[in-house]
Amino acid sequence: MPTLAISHTIDARGLSCPMPIVKTAQVCRVVPAGSVVELLATDQGSTKDVSAWCRATGNELLDQTVDGSVYRFLIRRN
Amino acid sequence: MDESLNLVLFSGTDDKLQAAAVLTAGAAALGKPVKIFLQYWALDAFRAANVGADHGLAPEAGAAGRLAVDALARAGQAPWAETFRQAKELGGIDIEACSLSMDLLKLEPSDLDPLVDGVEGVTAFYLNAGDGQIVFI
Repeated sequence: MPTLAISHTIDARGLSCPMPIVKTAQVCRVVPAGSVVELLATDQGSTKDVSAWCRATGNELLDQTVDGSVYRFLIRRN
Repeated sequence: MDESLNLVLFSGTDDKLQAAAVLTAGAAALGKPVKIFLQYWALDAFRAANVGADHGLAPEAGAAGRLAVDALARAGQAPWAETFRQAKELGGIDIEACSLSMDLLKLEPSDLDPLVDGVEGVTAFYLNAGDGQIVFI
């Protein structure tokens, strides 16, 4: 996929549920629409939680990858 | 997602309050309103002088549960009051003290942590809950 300009990175590594989503919601409230937010998390629930949160809030999950124990999500704030 | 989650918190142990805080923060992140009614020992835990204290764990936790909870805290899990604070920052969260429990514990509104928005009776809680589900913890 083409390189995206990431406007904000949320480092939620080491944080337990639901803090990765809470921090994502906090950031997506303040960044302008169209911004791409990167989320790094180690919570095992985050793969399902992030996609469900994006669906419910109308934001777009552009990409998700895993590197060892770290999940990385790219979310476009709509 | 517009229908509110209505939580009645009765238990005042740290594990049950953390579970309630997690449910609240998850709902807040989705934009789902949460109304919380504090009764008995949960209300006691929300006293300003008591909110950061050790409130113990539910009996079923046992010694192994104590170790597990402590390990999670050492790994950086926020205390339940902090989780509630973060949820409230997202908005849509209303925390009310049960007026009967205020009498029981001989509390005044000024005795409560600022997390608590006000005092109400069970009738107001039911009416505000509308058709939404009520969960008792």
